[in-house]
Formats: sequence, C-alpha cells, structure tokens
Amino acid sequence: MATEGLHENETLASLKSEAESLKGKLEEERAKLHDVELHQVAERVEALGQFVMKTRRTLKGHGNKVLCMDWCKDKRRIVSSSQDGKVIVWGSFTTNKEHAVTMPCTWVMACAYAPSGCAIACGGLDNKCSVYPLTFDKNENMAAKKKSVAMHTNYLSACSFTNSDMQILTASGDGTCALWDVESGQLLQSFHGHGADVLCLDLAPSETGNTFVSGGCDKKAMVWDMRSGQCVQAFETHESDINSVRYYPSGDAFASGSDDATCRLYDLRADREVAIYSKESIIFGASSVDFSLSGRLLFAGYNDYTINVWDVLKGSRVSILFGHENRVSTLRVSPDGTAFCSGSWDHTLRVWA
Amino acid sequence: MERVVVSMQDPDQGVKMRSQRLLVTVIPHAVTGSDVVQWLAQKFCVSEEEALHLGAVLVQHGYIYPLRDPRSLMLRPDETPYRFQEGRRACWDWSGTPPCRRGLVVHRPLPKSPGPQTPYFWTSTLRPAAELDYAIYLAKKNIRKRGTLVDYEKDCYDRLHKKINHAWDLVLMQAREQLRAAKQRSKGDRLVIACQEQTYWLVNRPPPGAPDVLEQGPGRGSCAASRVLMTKSADFHKREIEYFRKALGRTRVKSSVCLEAYLSFCGQRGPHDPLVSGCLPSNPWISDNDAYWVMNAPTVAAPTKLRVERWGFSFRELLEDPVGRAHFMDFLGKEFSGENLSFWEACEELRYGAQAQVPTLVDAVYEQFLAPGAAHWVNIDSRTMEQTLEGLRQPHRYVLDDAQLHIYMLMKKDSYPRFLKSDMYKALLAEAGIPLEMKRRVFPFTWRPRHSSPSPALLPTPVEPTAACGPGGGDGVA
Repeated sequence: MATEGLHENETLASLKSEAESLKGKLEEERAKLHDVELHQVAERVEALGQFVMKTRRTLKGHGNKVLCMDWCKDKRRIVSSSQDGKVIVWGSFTTNKEHAVTMPCTWVMACAYAPSGCAIACGGLDNKCSVYPLTFDKNENMAAKKKSVAMHTNYLSACSFTNSDMQILTASGDGTCALWDVESGQLLQSFHGHGADVLCLDLAPSETGNTFVSGGCDKKAMVWDMRSGQCVQAFETHESDINSVRYYPSGDAFASGSDDATCRLYDLRADREVAIYSKESIIFGASSVDFSLSGRLLFAGYNDYTINVWDVLKGSRVSILFGHENRVSTLRVSPDGTAFCSGSWDHTLRVWA
Repeated sequence: MERVVVSMQDPDQGVKMRSQRLLVTVIPHAVTGSDVVQWLAQKFCVSEEEALHLGAVLVQHGYIYPLRDPRSLMLRPDETPYRFQEGRRACWDWSGTPPCRRGLVVHRPLPKSPGPQTPYFWTSTLRPAAELDYAIYLAKKNIRKRGTLVDYEKDCYDRLHKKINHAWDLVLMQAREQLRAAKQRSKGDRLVIACQEQTYWLVNRPPPGAPDVLEQGPGRGSCAASRVLMTKSADFHKREIEYFRKALGRTRVKSSVCLEAYLSFCGQRGPHDPLVSGCLPSNPWISDNDAYWVMNAPTVAAPTKLRVERWGFSFRELLEDPVGRAHFMDFLGKEFSGENLSFWEACEELRYGAQAQVPTLVDAVYEQFLAPGAAHWVNIDSRTMEQTLEGLRQPHRYVLDDAQLHIYMLMKKDSYPRFLKSDMYKALLAEAGIPLEMKRRVFPFTWRPRHSSPSPALLPTPVEPTAACGPGGGDGVA
C-alpha cells in the first residue's frame, strides 16, 4: 500500500543517518585511546639485517594459473589449485607430484589441506566446496570418493578446515561465510554482514578458538564469533577490495592485503588500524599476505609479480623478491616457519627460504 | 599507474625528453630506456633492479611504447627510444580533437597535423578494444604491405572477416581512408602513430604465448545487483546500528599497551623463527638435509632446547605440542589432576567433531567426567556445573563450553605455572640439547638424494622415526 511504502522509505533514510552518526561516534571512541604509533614504539627495536631469500624449489606442473595453495601440517606437502580445474598435492621437498584431481569446473580459487593430512578441500566457480580423501591406492579414483560439502550461490573464494577434518569454513562471492559439517554437509552456521563478495578468511589462533576474520570487496575486514554467527568487530580503512587476511601469530591482531596497494595491521584489543605497509613505488594490489613464525616479518605477494617483505614493527620494507613472471596470487608460510611458498599466474609455485 | 605516468611526463620534473634520431627521421618528445630507469630509481628511492621492473610493467601495459622494434614490449635500460602513450578518451567520429580524459591534461603538445586524429587510450579505460577497430587495424596492415601479418594476426583477420562479413566493406573503406590520411603526415608522425597503434594492439590482443596483462580473473561483485538491493534494505541498516551500538560499549585497550605486546612477542619468538634467525642444524630447504625435521618431529623422544623453551611461552604452546602435552599429562598425574586435561581434550573433540557424533560424545563426557561418582570426575564450581547439567538436556556441540573454559583457566592459572617451576620441567630443559650446526659440504657438487617423508595419508597411523642418535644428546650441549 502506498502509505506503507512511504513509511518504509522514511525509516530507511533515518536508519541510514542513524547508522552514519553511530559510525562517526565509534571512530571517535577508537581514536581516544590511540596514544602512540607503532613505528615510534619500535624505534628501540634492533633493525633487521640484510635478508637473502632465494627460490629453493620451483614446482612446475600446472597447465594454467595457480590460484591458491596450502601447506600440510607435516611442513612439507603442499596442495595447489589452478584455473584449469586441476588440484595437485606435491611433496615439495622432492618436488614430486603425489596426487592430482581434476575438478569439473575452472577457476578453482580455494583449496585447503586437512589437519590430519588425509584429505583436501577445494572449490571455485562451481559454487561448492568439495572434500577429497587422499589415497595411494592405485585402483581408487580420487574423484570417486569426493564429498560435496558446501553450497553457495556464487563462487567459492576461500576455504579452511577448523581444528579437525570434520568442519570447514568457507567464504563466497555471494557475500557470506559459512561453517559446515563435512560428514553430513550440514550448514552449522552462516555469517552475514559483508556488503559484497567475501574474498578471504583466516581462523584465529586463540586459546578458545572461536573467531575468524574475513575480508571482502566492500573494503571491510570483519571478525566473527563462530558460535553465534555475529560480527564482533569490523574495520573499514582500506580503499579497495581486501584480497587476503592473516592473523598475527599471537592472535591479537591481523594483517590484510588489498587492491589499493597497501597492507595494513589491525589490532583487536585496541580496535583500530595500527600500521600501514606501503611505498610509492608499489602501485599494484597485494593479493596475499602471511606472517613469519615470530610475526616480525610480513610477506606479501603483489600483482606486479613481486613479493615484498615488510618489517612488521618498524613499518619498512626489508626486501623485494623477483622471480615470478606473472602476478603472485597466493602466499603461505610453512607451518614450522622454515620457508614460504608463493603461487603465481605464471603456472608455477616457488618455495623461498 | 596513471599517477606515475603523469608525473613522468611533467615538463619540469619528469623524465628528460629530447628529440631522438631514428635512422633518418627525427622524433620529438622521446625518452631513452635508461632515462626512464634512472628517473624511477631516483623518484622512489629504489634499486635499479626494482626501477627496471616497474618501468617494464609500465611498458607491458602500454603506457610507454618503444619506437624501435615495437613488436616486443620490453624496457631496455639503454639508448633505446620510447614515447608516452596518449591518454585520451576515444571518440569514434574521426574528426575533431578528442576531449580530455577526466580533466587530465596531457602536457605534451600533439603533433599538429590536419585531418582526423587516430585515438588511442590508456589501458585503464574500461572500454574494451572494439573488434571493428581491430579489424580496421589488421586490414590497414594487410593493404599497406601484403604479407606483413604474422600467423596469429592472419588467423584473427580471417576470423573477423567471417564474423563481421556484413560490415567488411566499411572496414576496408575505413582502412583505406586512414591510410590515405596518414600519407599526408610527416614521416616522423607516421612512424609515431604506427608504433602507438602496434603497442596498443599488442596489449589488447596479445600474441599467443605472451601474458595478457589485461586479464583480471572472474568478475567480482558479479552479484552487484543483489548487493545494491541488500545495502538499501532496512534490515541491513538495523543490523549495522545494532553492531555500532554494541561496538561503542566495548572496552578498548590503549594503543601503547597493545603495541608493546607486539614488541615483546616478536622479541621472545625471534630466536625461534627460522626465517629471521635461521635454524639448527640447518634449514632443510637450503641445505637439502631434513635433519631439522627429523629432530623436531611431532613425537620425538628428545625434544630440542628451543622446543622445550617454547612450552614456557604460553599454555597454548605447551598444549599444541604433542610431546609437551604428554609431559604435562605426566605432571598432572603426579598431582592427581590428570582428569582436567582429559576432560579438556574430550571437549575439544566434541567441539570440532562430526555433527552426527554430538549426542554420543556428550553422553560419554557426562558419564566419564560429570556424573556424580564418575571415574574421572572434574572439579567445576557449582554454578557452572549446574548450568552445564541444565544444558545437557538439549545437547549441542557448544554445550560444554563454559565447563571447558573453567577447567582450561584452572590449568592455565594453577597447574601450568607449577609445571614450569617443577623439577620435571627443569630436568627436561637441562636434558634438551642444541643441535650442532651442519658442516658445510666439502664437495659442493655431491648430489644429495632428497628423501620423501611418509605421507600422512598412508594408513596405518604414520609414526615419525625418533631421533635415536641425534646430536642433541644428554651431554652434547653445543
């Protein structure tokens, strides 16, 4: 009815303005306790020496762009997925391929290794996340045992197992994240709040293990409570899509990499952005970030084919690594911190140390 | 990228431009490759290698084009001449001067010549290069000199011919018209325009095998329509308001406190970070020797000193390490509080277990730990116990969260500090050795076969070989 429609419109405008004013108040509150900058505090920290990091292994075998990769807990094996639908498990120390699966879709943008090392999960343009148990039985076709776990209404951009093989957390282009039970495919919890595609997620290494952070095309990074499905904290300081988020090893902060060519550090207790990692000469977006074991170094892969290594405390760039011949799409530090692996659109993965 | 290119073209501070001599013709407003690299290195205070990389990227995207050998889009840091691509919005009526793009003023004066300007634009323009234009370009090439079309270009030409057959007359007519107009210009201008065109099409229609710099990946915000609807809905705003209200009420910590915490964390963990401080005996990826992994296997009889130290950093570190957890369990056993850890482990299993298992697991936990007279009864405060028992009537995976947290905090605040002060832990710390640094290989050309570790996916449960004769023995503290 006409009068209802009008009422709806009025409340819509007033709601919007109320939200805006509250947002402004929140910014004020956040600023009140900000008494010092990170690089000031870090002045008394010793500077890092020269870093010589080289490619120690090159994994060749994908026929098209590598889109995502993950390490196995055994610190050696890697799973990677690519645009042509192939998902490969490598014994990266020996550079041997151990398993390979062809997905029925192209652009497999997400893949993850199960904590036990016995299964992998992957998904992409098929809007699903599927789990494949790994088997060495030559008679078994890996694709036969595939389990379809997650169902979204748009592409799958990221997935991760929680502390066990039996739960998976997914992020999707449909703007939501979701927690699934692998065995039954049941949706355990869904997370709504992003205003656009969600591109990345990371689980918090906290003692109570209940939160995770996600980043999306709405330039927001949101921290969620896995149990209630509520957004606990949100940060909106990036100027473009957030491609990657990763927790600082202590769990008190997280870093994000974005198309605005910057990486930023957000502190959860102070509830604000505390550092920006950027340089005038870096004009391409950061596609993927990860911390070294102690959290002192931040590795970021960029769309200009390079990897920049940042000193997290001092905010300066320690080193720039060349080698890839197309954009770096994914980057992860190994579980014991001895190396990190980068995957690129040039069809290869490189392990650096 | 445009920001960089515009500043490069600044008449005062930009890259030095001069007239370049190319064979016989003189081209105005050109720059050398080395000038570009130098300018970038200076402006951004970066190394030459990085400046070269950045310049190369600009060339690959077509913002700068080479005047000599325009077939390959590379930046050569020498006297090779280059020129800046014109960034104007295309207008496909072939007359008049095109308007400036987004108010961006192109400092360099355009070559003054009559007739229609051939418009080109910067790659950041959203408008895709039209097929018609490509057809005209190829037709021109074909007409000008028969046989100059490279293989892939010939294929494209044939394909386009089939596709826009109906408009082919128009294509040929435009091509001839453009060629005729071009003839009226000076040789220098003709060369410049030819290079411009070639670069533009190399970027927009890359030859097979060359990387396509314009490729973006699957479209994001492809459900933009639904997104717009969502942001406009009242629900979305209501949720926002609720979130902001809650957020305003939360307690925040002063920045100084939080930032100091990073310093102490990084300082404490620095020596344990292989990429920052190296690792002993050697980083397996660098030395091809996996001794480090063998020594630090998940279940190993003799953990290294660094590892035992880490158990003292936080309770979480201790629990996450299977060896640490086992020792802690021993310690608790001596204090007759082992059931606390067992209860915590059972709760973890419930929280991360399969959905179908939830009822069974909850029952098992109740029987073992919570029921009056249970075999491993845990001592929880009465209020939490009451709430938990109440919740057990409708079991779900989080029903034991409160109890689990209570026990966890009990262990963390009470048992854990005692463990660290205990003789048991001190003995472990003293026993643990520091591995000797691996000697450099005398014969660098000896090829070490890299051994693969057994895959975790192999059944039965993989057991890593224990470091039976590791150098970190009882008395071998390096």
